[in-house]
Amino acid sequence: MINGPARALRGVAQAVARVGYGTRFFLRLCGLALAGLRRPRLVIDQIHFIGNHSLSIILVSGLLIGFVLGLQGYYTLRRYGSEEALGLLVTLSLVRELGPVVTALLFAGRAGTSLTAEVGLMKAGEQIDAMEMMAVDPVARVLAPRFAAALICMPLLAALFSALGVLGGYVVGVEMIGVDAGAFWSQMQGGVDWLLDVGNGVLKSVVFGFTVAFVALYVGYHAEATPEGVSRATTSTVVVASLAVLGLDFILTALMFSSN
Amino acid sequence: MNQDTLRLEGVRFGYRERLILDDVGLTVRPGSIVALVGGSGSGKTTILRLIGGLIKPSRGSVVFQGESLGSLDRDGLYAVRRRMGMLYQFGALFTDLSVFDNVAFPLREHTDLDETLIRDLVLLKLNAVGLRGVAHYRTSQLSGGMARRVALARAIALDPPLIMYDEPFAGLDPISLATVAQLIRRLTETLGCASILVSHDIKDTFAIADHVYLLARGRIAAEGSPASMRASTDPNVRQFLDGDIDGPVAFHHATRRTLAEDLEMRP
Repeated sequence: MINGPARALRGVAQAVARVGYGTRFFLRLCGLALAGLRRPRLVIDQIHFIGNHSLSIILVSGLLIGFVLGLQGYYTLRRYGSEEALGLLVTLSLVRELGPVVTALLFAGRAGTSLTAEVGLMKAGEQIDAMEMMAVDPVARVLAPRFAAALICMPLLAALFSALGVLGGYVVGVEMIGVDAGAFWSQMQGGVDWLLDVGNGVLKSVVFGFTVAFVALYVGYHAEATPEGVSRATTSTVVVASLAVLGLDFILTALMFSSN
Repeated sequence: MNQDTLRLEGVRFGYRERLILDDVGLTVRPGSIVALVGGSGSGKTTILRLIGGLIKPSRGSVVFQGESLGSLDRDGLYAVRRRMGMLYQFGALFTDLSVFDNVAFPLREHTDLDETLIRDLVLLKLNAVGLRGVAHYRTSQLSGGMARRVALARAIALDPPLIMYDEPFAGLDPISLATVAQLIRRLTETLGCASILVSHDIKDTFAIADHVYLLARGRIAAEGSPASMRASTDPNVRQFLDGDIDGPVAFHHATRRTLAEDLEMRP
């Protein structure tokens, strides 16, 4: 009779403790990432590993999504005789939503999984233990530079994704279908607000960068030190980071654009 | 005056209700090799983790150079660990770094030496293990024995007064094994450091050790010089040295139910 409520209470206490631990870990990581900028070489290496190696998938995806947006946007707008607003539609869709969200999802799949697997395998190979034994804090030496690099890369990749997307929309809308180029660019220029649209989009990509990087590193660092554990952790990163990005996107969109 | 580099006194450790070590005591002096031998799962590696402060004993104390590890905070522990070197079973080399950078790692993290001096020190350490020629290699290009020797060079980078070796002979061919064994002996004598070696390779461990502790069922079952251990009539020692299935250490893991009871449970 007493067992049920006691077990439930213990479960709640454990969940609260886990959230508390995760929050402390996150704050510690943020502090160490900031301090880690004093050793820029470590961060630059990771920017190359995380950012450069993600470029191809981000750029190609951005261009392809721009193609689709240009095509679908044109078919929809033509019904209302507003084809000249295609540039505005493509750009707003990209900078407000698709740029940050799709980049974060691709980033979770490409860079997030590699971060989790790398840290998890370091743990399985006793490298994390060895670092501790050498009196070097693995969170500061391994995780923090990767976290800082991911935070720097994510907004830049999202910006490149959006830029390539706009280019893709232009190629399909203007070059292939024949929408007026002047209307395409001028509608975009007139309708996009730097602070509200671009600024909020950048803010979103920064938040998603924190989310994906934290999930990837936390899960990798706490992975079970076995091949199966690393495999499970890698899958977890994609699932948790993707759901977190989509959930946060809804909340951020509601907060940022509800007054418009 | 305290001349012991390391002392364990009445150490007890367990995970929840499972007791791993009970009343373990040992001493390691400078310039000597102490071997910890015992079957798999007897708690040998756990002792190394206790010495490194990665885990804490539930009772007893670990005293390193006169300092009890139990009273130290994280910074204190890190200060102590800088004076310890550890060779892991499979080297635990950092796979994203080259051989050179692996050996340079502790020097770069803990000293303000300039790169020219670090380069010279790294080459000297690699020379000590006979691998100066592979400084530019990736760790993936090394054989098991070479990786172990590079890890040894890294472990001695800061000239620590204590070096721990966790199963340094596991999985090595006879030539690599003899090389690593001789390196451990030579480095201990040259550096004058205290060495503690965990292994279940009797022949090579006994050949280089000054003192041997036999661990069985979480306790020190016997201790002495390699020669006295070989001559011992203690049933724990005899079972381990002769490789007998029958003896104080049971073949079957302890269970509360008999085999007959377990089989009757089958649906």
